[in-house]
Amino acid sequence: MDIVSRGFSGRRSPENAKLPPGQYLTTDFPVLSAGPTPHVPLDRWEFTIDDGTRVLQRWDWKSFRDLPSEIITVDLHCVTRWSKLGTSWEGVSLDTILMDVQTDSPYALARSYGDYTTNLPLNDLRNRQAWIAFRFDGKDLAPEHGGPARLLVPHLYLWKSAKWIRGITLIPHDQPGFWESLGYHNYGDPWREQRYSGDE
Amino acid sequence: MAGAALFGRRVMWRIGMVVALHDETATARTITLEVPDWPGHIAGQHVDVRVTAPDGYSAVRSYSIASPPNPHGRVELTVERLPNGEVSPYLTQEVAAGDRLELRGPIGGWFVWHAEQTEPVQLIAGGSGVVPLMAMIRSRAAARSTAPFRLLYSVREPQATFYRDELQALSDKDRSLGIT
Repeated sequence: MDIVSRGFSGRRSPENAKLPPGQYLTTDFPVLSAGPTPHVPLDRWEFTIDDGTRVLQRWDWKSFRDLPSEIITVDLHCVTRWSKLGTSWEGVSLDTILMDVQTDSPYALARSYGDYTTNLPLNDLRNRQAWIAFRFDGKDLAPEHGGPARLLVPHLYLWKSAKWIRGITLIPHDQPGFWESLGYHNYGDPWREQRYSGDE
Repeated sequence: MAGAALFGRRVMWRIGMVVALHDETATARTITLEVPDWPGHIAGQHVDVRVTAPDGYSAVRSYSIASPPNPHGRVELTVERLPNGEVSPYLTQEVAAGDRLELRGPIGGWFVWHAEQTEPVQLIAGGSGVVPLMAMIRSRAAARSTAPFRLLYSVREPQATFYRDELQALSDKDRSLGIT
């Protein structure tokens, strides 16, 4: 039901095939959080995979950093409409993290220090689509960007890339995380512009 | 949690009629819209506004709601004009009473204030960031709430202050509303 806005002509920017619909390019790195930034000392940091009742895998910082890591270059798309292209990260692939995990649960709930949560299908964490990232642009990841380590799932809107990650719970039935309970889309594909609950 | 009610509900595009315009500063304007089927909002929420050119090109921006919850479908947005903005110059300089604007919302269920809340609140804003906090202050006044409120508001220059007279009047008659 588009109505024409009298007197609006708009400023068309050159088409950018890497920019999803409704997004604009930014070159800085905006910081948006729902609460205060938790500070997690590395000697107390841990990352666990659990099934809701049992811990299936546990890493402290040293054993986590002993896992093979990779350097990746990905585009970031925030639901608040900024996109940042070609960002460089170092992290451990979720394929590596989940290698020895046996589960029938098709969903995952990422859990953070500070109690943030976000949900996604387990398949979206596999097949070189997701990492636990600990370096950005060659430097240790700053606390305001999710350091010491954050989830990085660049094919979904950035709220899915939980900052300050502390673990992943494998769940048999999907359940909404923090923003997903507050009116944001359950899946969040930027290319289908799944911003809010009920989009598409 | 209030926001839980939003889960699963589709956020539809609606058409609002511009019924009033008011300049807050040399670069910021309040647009008052009447939205016939508005579902209501909570102080602190925002809307997406879509403007469309004659050839179908459209642009969407998010703006905070400045008006308190009300049963009249009245939605006020205060928009700051950005020097190189695409949409804000249109909204602050072109839009006239009687124009129709597309919007959808309300959006956001986290940074909100409900009139039933009684705990003390410290609000901190810079520049146009005061808009959603003004919705909370207005919501508090409309509900005759006595929840202690403090607003710390920073602006680049005195002339850039939004809602100056209204904030002054509200804090003059209410000692539990402090403004710095």
